Amino acid sequence: MKDVAIVAFSQSDCLAQAGAANEVELIMPQLQAVFQQVGLNNAQDVDFVCSGSCDYLQGAAFAFVAGVDALGAVPPIKESHVEMDAAWALYESILKIRMGHAESALVYGFGRASSGNLRTVLSQQLDPYYLAPLWIDSISLAALQARMLLDRGLVTERDMAEVVARCRRNALNNPHARLSGEISIETLLAEPGLVAPLRKSDCAPVADGAAAMIICTVEQAREWAVPFALISGIDHRIETHNLGMRDLCDSVSTRLAAGTAGVAQGPVEVAELYAPFSHQEIILSRALGLGADTEINPSGGAMAGNLMMASGLSRIGEVFRRIVSGDISRGVAHATSGPCLQHNLVAVLESA
Amino acid sequence: MNDQVEDITGIETPVYLHYHFTAGSAPARFLRRIKEGVLTGQRCPRCRNVYIPPRGSCPACGIPTEDEVVLPDKATVQSFTVVAIPIPNNPIKPPFVIANLVLDGANISFIHLMSECDNSEVHIGQRVQAVWKPVDEWTYAMDNIRYFRPIDEPDVPVDRIGTLATTGLET
Repeated sequence: MKDVAIVAFSQSDCLAQAGAANEVELIMPQLQAVFQQVGLNNAQDVDFVCSGSCDYLQGAAFAFVAGVDALGAVPPIKESHVEMDAAWALYESILKIRMGHAESALVYGFGRASSGNLRTVLSQQLDPYYLAPLWIDSISLAALQARMLLDRGLVTERDMAEVVARCRRNALNNPHARLSGEISIETLLAEPGLVAPLRKSDCAPVADGAAAMIICTVEQAREWAVPFALISGIDHRIETHNLGMRDLCDSVSTRLAAGTAGVAQGPVEVAELYAPFSHQEIILSRALGLGADTEINPSGGAMAGNLMMASGLSRIGEVFRRIVSGDISRGVAHATSGPCLQHNLVAVLESA
Repeated sequence: MNDQVEDITGIETPVYLHYHFTAGSAPARFLRRIKEGVLTGQRCPRCRNVYIPPRGSCPACGIPTEDEVVLPDKATVQSFTVVAIPIPNNPIKPPFVIANLVLDGANISFIHLMSECDNSEVHIGQRVQAVWKPVDEWTYAMDNIRYFRPIDEPDVPVDRIGTLATTGLET
């Protein structure tokens, strides 16, 4: 099976509101950045393109098709799309390369969640007969999960505040962060509830923007003569959409994906976890079996800015950046989708 | 069976979602000018193609088209169809003409309506000009132009459609 290398990554600033920019205008600067990192012109210079986005977010039907105008798709290109975070577009692209159908691929994700009311929009991805008509929003579902953790004594509110404080502090080094800074646990705990037991600070700040990545075979990376990181393992698992059937205090899908991706087969220096809510970072680090020797979310994670449909890909990009800069030699990235960590992807990245 | 069970053929779960939609920065610049009766295309810095209405990128090169070009309201028919069936909710009565038009100075066609013409005589290469709504009805929309009508100018040879300068056929 062909090894897959990441050779380029770029992410936009996490903007509370991306102004008048449409999908093409959000995507293009990130595509230009990754093409430049490798020395390519446009999507003609890769074998495959796959994007991740969700038209419901901005209320624009087939926005992902309009996004093709950012690629240089004349003459026509091989292109695909997932209605998910672009981490899954990366997964599809890896399969394409491993099957021998491509040597290289461009992956990107984008979202304009500010165009709608995200927590309400996401309620319409729930089961259409029993849940969607109740308009149960995404923050309320996460709050149900946090309540179970707190009541069982698996997590304290102070633990959650510590996640927020650490992520905000780490985000000081992230030029794209929407939220960063030193904030004390006491200040966080003094905040009133938003959807109890969640405070506003427990919810990752939703952001507009985009991210892009280029991957390829090791042979292609050497030909391009660019630094690269290897994706040594990747897997994803989904849990039932019936929330009552799931153990919301655990992430079984993350644990299974981590097993097959090979997380435990070496030291995990850095883990970038896509946790849209503070308590979910704790669930995830436990499911991944991370210890005190792993630095979690050095970029600030989604707490620095939750780029809908690109945050998962960005977690992988953040680990990639740290490997090619020589800061670390092995790290883990995680992406999630759906309510209460329903669907999880785990990738292990190593230095070449 | 004694118990007649009624089939459930549908449930009503209306969805209302409110959005602050954006056409995009580049389309917004075009729409602001068309409200003033001005047609602005955008030129690709790499392949030099001029797009109208602009979408902010050159789909062929995949790069931003920042350079704005004011274009006249004369165009050439690149293709057309005569529609004989009514379109639901469309006030235009059939038969009417939908055409691919290339404005002078632009390289890529856009779709608009043709009228004030003999439908049987519409042809590729035909010269047309915009018929605008009254100024006080102008808004941020393509239908500030009601339709294009034929004008008395020589046809453009097929291989020159999409290559004219803003001054038209005369070079």
